[in-house]
Amino acid sequence: MQRVILIAIPYAWLLALFLIPFVIVFKISLSDIALAIPPYTPTLDDGVGPFFRALDFENFAFLMSDDLYWKAYLSSLRIAVISTLLTLLVGYPVAYAMARAPEEWRATLMMLVILPFWTSFLIRVYAWMGILSQEGFLNQFLLWTGVIGEPLTILNTTTAVYIGIVYTYVPFMILPIYAALDRLDGSLIEAAEDLGCSRLQAFWLVTVPLSKNGIIAGSFLVFIPALGEFVIPSLLGGSGTLMIGKVLWEEFFNNRDWPVASAVAVILLLLLIVPIILFQRNQQRQAEAEG
Amino acid sequence: MKQLLLSGTAVVFCVTASFADEVRVYNWSDYIDEALLEKFEQETGIELIYDVFDSNEVLETKLLAGGSGYDVVVPTGTFLARQIQAGVFQQLDKSKLTNLDNMWDVVEARTAQYDPENAYSINYMWGTTGIGVNVGKVRDILGADAPISSLSLIFDPGNMEKLASCGVHFLDAPTEMIPAALTYLGEDPDAKDAEALARAEEVLAAVRPHVQKFHSSEYINALANGDICVAFGWSGDILQARDRAAEAENGVEIAYNAPNEGALMWFDQMAIPADAPNPEAAHTFLNFIMDAQNMADASNYVYYANGNEASKEFLVEDVIGDPAIYPDEAALENLYTVTTWSPRDQRNLTRSWTRIKSGT
Repeated sequence: MQRVILIAIPYAWLLALFLIPFVIVFKISLSDIALAIPPYTPTLDDGVGPFFRALDFENFAFLMSDDLYWKAYLSSLRIAVISTLLTLLVGYPVAYAMARAPEEWRATLMMLVILPFWTSFLIRVYAWMGILSQEGFLNQFLLWTGVIGEPLTILNTTTAVYIGIVYTYVPFMILPIYAALDRLDGSLIEAAEDLGCSRLQAFWLVTVPLSKNGIIAGSFLVFIPALGEFVIPSLLGGSGTLMIGKVLWEEFFNNRDWPVASAVAVILLLLLIVPIILFQRNQQRQAEAEG
Repeated sequence: MKQLLLSGTAVVFCVTASFADEVRVYNWSDYIDEALLEKFEQETGIELIYDVFDSNEVLETKLLAGGSGYDVVVPTGTFLARQIQAGVFQQLDKSKLTNLDNMWDVVEARTAQYDPENAYSINYMWGTTGIGVNVGKVRDILGADAPISSLSLIFDPGNMEKLASCGVHFLDAPTEMIPAALTYLGEDPDAKDAEALARAEEVLAAVRPHVQKFHSSEYINALANGDICVAFGWSGDILQARDRAAEAENGVEIAYNAPNEGALMWFDQMAIPADAPNPEAAHTFLNFIMDAQNMADASNYVYYANGNEASKEFLVEDVIGDPAIYPDEAALENLYTVTTWSPRDQRNLTRSWTRIKSGT
């Protein structure tokens, strides 16, 4: 009995917070746009038979026929992959330094990583607008030091989007890597050095492989939300930054085309689910091989 | 558990109780003298919650989702027409609107094409869409005979290329920009077929690289501060920018011109959603707005003409005497109105707007 309840809780969670919303979105993606409240047809008021007969895959066909969407998906993928790599580059050294710091400092360092979450995400992104704009702090500082003669255009470009994503998501990269490095047995590195590895070799051959799970977990925590990111590209990006999250928002709010917006969301979800399942399978196979 | 239920009901009662003397208004940004909002609260004792938007599209999405929670909203006539069809609004109870006699029949006749017999809405403001320029900067760049009242200023790539460095903003509103592009081509601004749309798209795509931003409210401050030198936007907004620049005495001189090729004339209508939590207070608010003095105060502040004949005697000369706000007979000839986009045409329109903005 206890066992059943234990299993039922996560399943109920999944059902209520994922499956039911997904079914609703999927249903809307099969509907047609209508001038009504809600702005699509059919609804269950039409009767069960007509309801199911009216559903079709027209919106998905439309997405295939218009290259805007593919360009947006590909451009989002590129931005998400590049910013995940950049976040890893920034996050790994920080996590490494934290794990190597004296025991009594670690709690404070951990606190410092989490501290930005005390301020609203939106306000922090707005602050970046102030930093990056033509008259912003960064340009004024660089002009003052004489590094540049003309202010740089950073705001409203894709560069600003990268900066925003890396800044926002770096804690999600640091924490799992730190957790992995923290568990690392220091004697393994000593053993590697005793057996003739240089410090760099020991790092590449021992530390990095043993923190692999942290890297993978951190990368997923960054990649998945970055792919559908909407706030950062709309505030920091320019009209040249094409991201699927923004396209989805425009379909929903500007075009009031909920069926197409839902179809975009369903495909986005499929794009995300496939790598997640592959990752899970890989982990399982590894665990089995080791076991 | 019983305790919980009881306190739960108490909360529900408190919520409904607070609704009774509260009215939620959703209006365009920079569109009212805020002193009027306080005056309303003092006169009626109704608490006023005032939110703003800058896009008809966003308003419509909220309305069509249902349960927006607003008691009074202000869509433009073309949007209002199809929202009425969608069943978004309730008919006005005209017995509660004692100030209805103040309204101007000339405007009412025009708004009736969107809202037959004006059964669902009252006119708040009306205006035109045109060109705002920083006179000094534009003349520096294009010379003393710069075409500041012609659409060629913003749709001729030659002009736009030169203006780009000093900044040009366009409205982020396809239903405003496409008719303007068609007017520039000498075509029917109300055309909605795919071929006409494609020709308008070409015009906009050609100048897009020189447009700094598509945005429907930032240009007021940007013009006033001298950050940009041209904006294609709404008449009163640009006149507000002129006023702000004059107050700041920063040497920026802003001018508004309705394009001499023809300018879009639009009407913003106040209406009450069918599911408004407090329709009673919503009527009180509409009646307050239709008061001649209040309406005049609003127009004197935002530089838009209103649909209230009785308010004219309280308008300052700056407003009633300015043909950019209250066009004379000749200027009126030059204005056109457009009809509502059907859902099918709407999809083509927004598709081409996305293409224009993203440059793909």
